[in-house]
Amino acid sequence: MLYRESGDFKTSYSQDQQTFPIVFDRVGYFILLALALLVVPLIINDYWVNAVILPFLIYSIAAIGLNILTGYCGQVSLGSGGFMAVGAYASYKLMTAFPDMSMVIVILLSGGVTALVGLLFGLPSLRIKGFYLAVATLAAQFFLVWLFNRVPWFYNYSATGMIKAPERTIFGQPITGAEVSPAISYLFCLGFVLFLAWIARNMTRGVNGRKWMAIRDMDIAAEIIGVNPLRTKLTAFAASSFYVGVAGALLFSVYLGSVEVGEAFGVGKSFLILFMIIIGGLGSMFGSFAGAAFMVLMPVLLKNIMVGQFGWAPDLAAHFEFVIVGGLIVLFLILEPHGIAQLWRIAKEKLRLWPFPH
Amino acid sequence: MKLTKLAIAALAGTLAAGPVLADLVFPGLHYRTGAYGPNGIPYADGYVDYFALLNERDGGIGGVMTSVPECETAYNTEKGVECYESTKGMGSLVYQPLSTGITYQLIPKATADGIPILSMGYGRTSAANGKVFSHVFNFPGNYWTGASAVINHILDMNNGDIKGKKISLLYHNSAYGREPIRTLEALAEKHGFKLTLLAVDHPGQEQKSQWLQIRRERPDYVTMWGWGVMNQVALQEAANMRFPMENFIGIWWSGSEQDVLPAGDAAHGYKALALHNTGSDYPLYDDLKKYLYDTGKASGEHAGTVLYSRGLYAGMLAAEAARTAQEISGRKDITSEDMRDGLEALKITQERMAEIGLPNFGPSFEVSCENHGGPMISAVQQWDAKAKKWSLITDFAGADMDVVGRLIDEDSAAYAAENNITERCN
Repeated sequence: MLYRESGDFKTSYSQDQQTFPIVFDRVGYFILLALALLVVPLIINDYWVNAVILPFLIYSIAAIGLNILTGYCGQVSLGSGGFMAVGAYASYKLMTAFPDMSMVIVILLSGGVTALVGLLFGLPSLRIKGFYLAVATLAAQFFLVWLFNRVPWFYNYSATGMIKAPERTIFGQPITGAEVSPAISYLFCLGFVLFLAWIARNMTRGVNGRKWMAIRDMDIAAEIIGVNPLRTKLTAFAASSFYVGVAGALLFSVYLGSVEVGEAFGVGKSFLILFMIIIGGLGSMFGSFAGAAFMVLMPVLLKNIMVGQFGWAPDLAAHFEFVIVGGLIVLFLILEPHGIAQLWRIAKEKLRLWPFPH
Repeated sequence: MKLTKLAIAALAGTLAAGPVLADLVFPGLHYRTGAYGPNGIPYADGYVDYFALLNERDGGIGGVMTSVPECETAYNTEKGVECYESTKGMGSLVYQPLSTGITYQLIPKATADGIPILSMGYGRTSAANGKVFSHVFNFPGNYWTGASAVINHILDMNNGDIKGKKISLLYHNSAYGREPIRTLEALAEKHGFKLTLLAVDHPGQEQKSQWLQIRRERPDYVTMWGWGVMNQVALQEAANMRFPMENFIGIWWSGSEQDVLPAGDAAHGYKALALHNTGSDYPLYDDLKKYLYDTGKASGEHAGTVLYSRGLYAGMLAAEAARTAQEISGRKDITSEDMRDGLEALKITQERMAEIGLPNFGPSFEVSCENHGGPMISAVQQWDAKAKKWSLITDFAGADMDVVGRLIDEDSAAYAAENNITERCN
């Protein structure tokens, strides 16, 4: 019906190995990109940016980051919230110490700092696996939150222990602070998402990604065929933490503006991001986006349906939201343990074979 | 694929919040769920009921109906941002988020959008300096005057000398709980008492180690900046170790019925600060009963409790400010900027409160361009576990403004420098 593939021949390896080998997907991707870059900035408003799009974009980056570590390399991590906090506090320290530094550099450096911290906490992964590693990363989560609460240097000795993003501009337009126009903050975050997703996609297709997947599928076998587990696991931790750190930095500086570590980066956030990739699909780029969309947009959508359309009391709606989102998660895991990405994959297969899907 | 696109289009339609059409909008960023729900519910009920009463009895404010679109924040800043964005387009007049974290979040946003924030007894303390914070108000009291009021009460109990006494601050480990630390440190230096800080992490159920430390160090007084379940747990822990309750003093957010009832008789004598009076012996309750409780428009379940009273008080202050704004602007249908002017010109007198039906409920005060903090006075109330009643044991009294005033000036000057704000009111 939609996919008309007859006559679409691949005549070279590079054509065969491109990210979107099917013409329809490729065209759809570029249309989506054009819409996101050219149309959305013109129509977007404060509500859409601050309530829906920014959290979706930022959590997508975090989900891609955790997917690199958990989905592609098979190392379970519950420390994402802590690593996001590292990114946020690194960006705060950089913004206040170097007021003239460009925000792009600040965000990337914050990711770099987080990558280093991630490396450090990745070291135990060489000795411990599975649940035990999850517990070790959970320790990182609690330790990092405690650290940012405990050491006043991190929050520049402010009275409340909160960090607040000072106003910074990019190309003469404010990008942090209160005066940000919705289109600017949207494009700024979208730029990071596109760039980082592109890098991640290509990383996971290249030699690094293959090593990660080898370690994930069977580490002893991987070692026998010559994959160095030390380097492989540590590169996964570093790359993953970089992404999560960038997400934390964006969450703090562009989205929230002021942050309090215990609340914004608590263990709940680690679980949220883990749920995103489990629901979305482990080891899938599309899954990272789908999971982030599910976990971020679903509550807002449900709230608007129940409160906005049906006129229910907000507290009743909030309780129902827990029930529905929780129920959907369980339902998803039963019906399709490989997440939304797998559902999408199956749907696509059927559409390609239409009208004779089997 | 087409279906997906249709679904996406439908999704996009419902994701955008629909506007509520009403004249005077007082958005209620409330929370009735989560760990802070038990304290959020009575406050929210009081706030909603006050405006409902104005609609039912007087036909709104100055003849214009009011509406309080509620949005559930669950005391969470990210949800608070979503609630702010989804309600600000409705013509919202003033925000009262009942959360210090959300207030911090909203101060720059709301100031840029020209919508005032009334953080009544919470939020950023230095917002009391109206020269720097044009759109933020925190009358009638703030955390730093609260901290000073606690110390003043302890001074009174000791005839003015607390040199060498040990005082512990048990605080919610968040912006809210950390607010008083600086003031208490300055006061510790001035009066020569020893301050120990005990942080309790969100949500506050886990306090064993903090109370173990209290048991070991035996402080003479414990003061608490707690909220939600943290208050109940702290009271229970104090009761378990038989800490003398009259030496345990909470801020005004740690002194309501929900907090003390679970500990039963053991909570007898516990003290907390008060911003206003409490109880249901006011003429306003006759109207509330007649127009709302008896007609089934409100449950009145929490009527007369401390936090319900606070919700009423918050609603009353906002409604009075709206009335003032109508007088100043000469318009019935005021904008948020008019509301800001109204808040700044707000004058609460005992006569006016008697007219409203809340005689002697709170202090009389005036707000000015320089002073957004109001009178900065508070009283001390004590819990009587047998009568199950809070009663004021002191008069409304001021704080040590030598210390607090200096800290407010320092902090607001730092904020002004950070954000390139030039002082107003010159």
